[in-house]
Amino acid sequence: MNKNKLYPFLVPLVSVLIALAIASIVIILIGKNPIYAYRVMVVGAFGGAEQLANTIVKMTPLVLTGLAVGFGFRAGIFNIGAEGQMAMGALIGSMIAMNVGFLPPFLSIPLALIFGMLAGAIWASIAGFLKAFTGAHEVISTIMLNWIAANIAIFMVSGPLAIGSGTPKSPEISESSKLPIILKVKATEMSIAIFIAVMVAIVIYILLEKSTLGYELKGVGFNPYAAEYGGINIKKSIILTMAISGALAGMAGIIDILGVPPHRFVGELTGGRGFDGITIALIGRNHPIGIIFAALLIASLRTGSNAMQITAQIPNDIVMIIQGIVIFLVAAERIVATLLRYRKRRGEVI
Amino acid sequence: MTKDTETNNQTNQSQYAVEMKGIVKRFPSVVANDHVDFNVKKGEIHALVGENGAGKTTLMNQLYGLYTPDEGSIHINGEKVSFKGPKDAIDKGIGMVHQHFMLVDNQTIAENVVLGSEPKSFSMFFNRAKSKSLVKELSDKYKLLVDVDANIEDISVGMQQRVEILKILYRGADILIFDEPTAVLTPQETDELFEVLGLLQKQGKTIIFITHKLNEVMSITQRVTVMRLGKVTGSVNTSETNPKELAEMMVGREVLLRVEKEPAKPKEKVLEVDNLKVRDNRNLLTVKGISLDVRKGEILGIAGVAGNGQSELIEAITGLRKAEAGKIKLSGEDLTDASPLEVRLKGLNHIPEDRLRRGLITDYPVFYNMILGKHESKPFSEEGFLNHDAIKKYAKNLTEKFDVRPNNPETLVGTLSGGNQQKVIVARELDNQPRKPKVAVISQPTRGLDIGAIEFIHKTIISMRDEGIGILLVSMELDEIFSLSHRIIVMYEGEIMGEVTPDRISREEIGLMMAGHKKAEVLPESGDNNE
Repeated sequence: MNKNKLYPFLVPLVSVLIALAIASIVIILIGKNPIYAYRVMVVGAFGGAEQLANTIVKMTPLVLTGLAVGFGFRAGIFNIGAEGQMAMGALIGSMIAMNVGFLPPFLSIPLALIFGMLAGAIWASIAGFLKAFTGAHEVISTIMLNWIAANIAIFMVSGPLAIGSGTPKSPEISESSKLPIILKVKATEMSIAIFIAVMVAIVIYILLEKSTLGYELKGVGFNPYAAEYGGINIKKSIILTMAISGALAGMAGIIDILGVPPHRFVGELTGGRGFDGITIALIGRNHPIGIIFAALLIASLRTGSNAMQITAQIPNDIVMIIQGIVIFLVAAERIVATLLRYRKRRGEVI
Repeated sequence: MTKDTETNNQTNQSQYAVEMKGIVKRFPSVVANDHVDFNVKKGEIHALVGENGAGKTTLMNQLYGLYTPDEGSIHINGEKVSFKGPKDAIDKGIGMVHQHFMLVDNQTIAENVVLGSEPKSFSMFFNRAKSKSLVKELSDKYKLLVDVDANIEDISVGMQQRVEILKILYRGADILIFDEPTAVLTPQETDELFEVLGLLQKQGKTIIFITHKLNEVMSITQRVTVMRLGKVTGSVNTSETNPKELAEMMVGREVLLRVEKEPAKPKEKVLEVDNLKVRDNRNLLTVKGISLDVRKGEILGIAGVAGNGQSELIEAITGLRKAEAGKIKLSGEDLTDASPLEVRLKGLNHIPEDRLRRGLITDYPVFYNMILGKHESKPFSEEGFLNHDAIKKYAKNLTEKFDVRPNNPETLVGTLSGGNQQKVIVARELDNQPRKPKVAVISQPTRGLDIGAIEFIHKTIISMRDEGIGILLVSMELDEIFSLSHRIIVMYEGEIMGEVTPDRISREEIGLMMAGHKKAEVLPESGDNNE
C-alpha cells in the first residue's frame, strides 16, 4: 500500500531528474558547467528572502490555473480556456476592486475575489452549455472564447477603462481591496495570496475526494453512460465542472491584481499562465496537492532561470527545455513507469 | 480415452491435425496456460470448453499465431511450426471465426470475403466480377448459400457468420476455429450453423469449437477437451460423457445445471407498461406499442433476438430514454419520463445489458461502484459528503456475500474479470440497501459468464423473486428465460408476438415466434387460453 501511495510522486520526481540530466548535456554542449548553472538556479529561486518571495508570488496564480485545468481533467473535461477565464476574472474583479474603496478590506477583498471567480465561471460555462446541449467540444469552444476574452480585455484597457498614456492600463484598484502584505523585500511584495491559493487547493481536494459532488463529477468524467445510469445528471455535471474550473481560473486572474503591484488590469496580463495550468496539472497528476508542488516547480524554474541568465550567462531557454522534457516524461508516464519497474524487478531478483 | 494416448505414442502423428504439447503461456499476474496438451484429430469436431479465464482463448490465440507460447510446441499435421503472426497460421490452413464479426458493413458479401487478398486485373485493379464468381463457387462448394451481392448491413447475423466462414475458407483453411459461435444466434440459426459444420466436416475439415454450452457439445462434437484454471482437466469422447460430468470437470465441483426453484407465487401488479412507444438513436420507432405487467414475486421473461427493441424498452422503463408515447407505472405511480434517479428512488433497480458501458465505472474501485446510484442516500453520504467508512464496510460485505474475487473492495473494477464485474453489478442491484427494490429490471445477467457464476446469479435472482420483488428479465439466452421465468413474452421488431408459459411451449415454437410468427400461428390450438 505504501508503495502505491508514494508512486504518484515518484513519476514527476524522476521525470524532473531525467530532465535536469538531459538539460545538463545541453549546457555542457554550449560550453558551460551544468553544476554551476543549477546552483545559480537554485540560489536564484530559493537563495534568500527576496528570491523566495519572488518565486512564491509567481507560483500563486499558477496553483490556481493548475487547479482549474486539473479539476477539469478529473471530471473528464479539457478546459484549455483558463487563459480567457483568467482574463475575464481579472477584468471584472478589478472593476469591482476599483470601485469598492468605501468598504473595509474584509468586505471589499472577498467581493472582488467573488466577482472575479463568477466572471471566470460564467465565461467557462458558455463552453459548458455548448458541450452539454449541442455536443460542441470544449477544446474548440474554449480556444474561441480565449480570443474573445483577449479582445474584450484589450478593448477595455484601451477604451472604457483606459487611464494615463503609454501602455494601456486601468486605474489602480482601491487601497482597501489590496491584499495584506506579509513580506516586503526591496521591490518584491508577497501578499497572503499564496495562503488563499493553498486553501483553495485543499477545498478542491475535499470536493474531489470526499464529497458526493466530486464522486459524481469524476464519475461523469470516467464514464458518462454509467454515471447517467447511476442517476447523475450529465448536463448539469458538465456545466458545473466548467463553472468550477472557470471560477478557479478567474480567481487566478483577480488574485494577482489584488496581491501584486502595480494592482492594475493591463489587458494582456495572463502571459500564458492559463496555458501553464495545463503543464502544471499534468505534472501534478491532477491532484490538488501535487498541483501546489508542480506550480512551485515551474515558478522556481522561471525565477531561477532569470538568475542563471544574468549570473551564469546561460540563456533561460534552457528552462523551456527542462519544462518540455518534464512534460513529455510525465505525459508519457509509461516510459518512466517501465524504468521504475525494471529497477524494482532487478532489485527483487538480487 | 486411453486409446488417444496410445496412438500418441505411436509416432503416427499425421492422424492429428493439431497437436499442442506442453504449452505454457504466462502473463504478468497469471499463468494462463500451464503445460497444456491439446490434440485434435483430422476431420473431427472438437469442443474446447471451460469457464471464463480457464485459458481457452489464450490457447487458441497461440494456435492462430496471435501469441507465442513461452514453452511447448505446436504441430500442424505432424509438422512442427512456430507462428510469428496470424498470417503464418493462415498459411498453414488455420482459420478463426471470432465471436465478434469483423466485416465491413457497407460492402457486399463478395467484397468482404475477398478483402485482403482480392483477385486483381493487371495486378493493380480490384476485379469485382472475378471475386463474385470466386465467392459464388466457394459458397456452392460448401453449400453455404449466400447472396454475394447483398450488403453486410442488410443481412441477418446468421448470414454474417456464414460470410465469416466463407472468408476463412477462401483463404484455404482446413482447420477452423469457432469462438463461441452460437452466442449471437437464434435457435433456428444455431441449427443451421450446426448443419453447416456437419457439411464442412464431411468435406474433410477439422473444426475446433469453443463454447460454454454443454448441450451444443453433446449434439455436434466427437471429442471434448475441458480446461480449468489454465490446465486441461481431461479430453474425452463425447459419446462417453454427459453434461453433468463435463460441468464438474469445468468447475471442479458438482454443479446444478437446472435452476432449483419453487413455483412462483405472483401477487399484485407492481410494474405496468401500457402501449409504450420508443425511438432508438437513429430516431426509428423500435418499440411499437408494448404493453406488459410484472407482478410481485414473479419473473416475466422477454425472449427475442438482440436488436428487436428490447434495449430501448428497458431504457425507457429505467428512465434512460424518453418514451414517444404510452405510460409506465410503478405501484400505480406514474414513472413515464422520470429521470433515472427518480426511477431508482421509487424502487426500481436495473442490471443493464452492457456492464462496461452502463453498469460500471471501470476506473473507480469496487467500493465506489457498489454505491453507484445509491451514493446520495444514507448511510453512504450525508450532507453532501461521502461516508467512506460506511461505503467500504458495505462493499466488503457485498464482495464477501457475492464472492467477488479478489475480495478486496479497493481493486479497480476494470481489472476484474467479466464474471466478477457482473457480480459487482448484481450485488449492487439485488441488495436491499439503502432501500428494498420493488422491481428489478434485469438484462443479460449472465452474458459471457461461466457455469459457476451463472448458477450463483440465477440463485440470487430466484431468491429476490421469493422475497416478493417483481422481476423483468431480458435475455438472449433462451435457456435462461426458460429456466427462470414464470411467464414469457416474445418480442420481434418492437412488437409482442405473444405471451406463453415455459412449460407449455417448446424451444422450437419460441424460436418461430422470435423469428416473427405470432403466437396464434405457432400454437393455433391453444387459442387464447394463456391466462
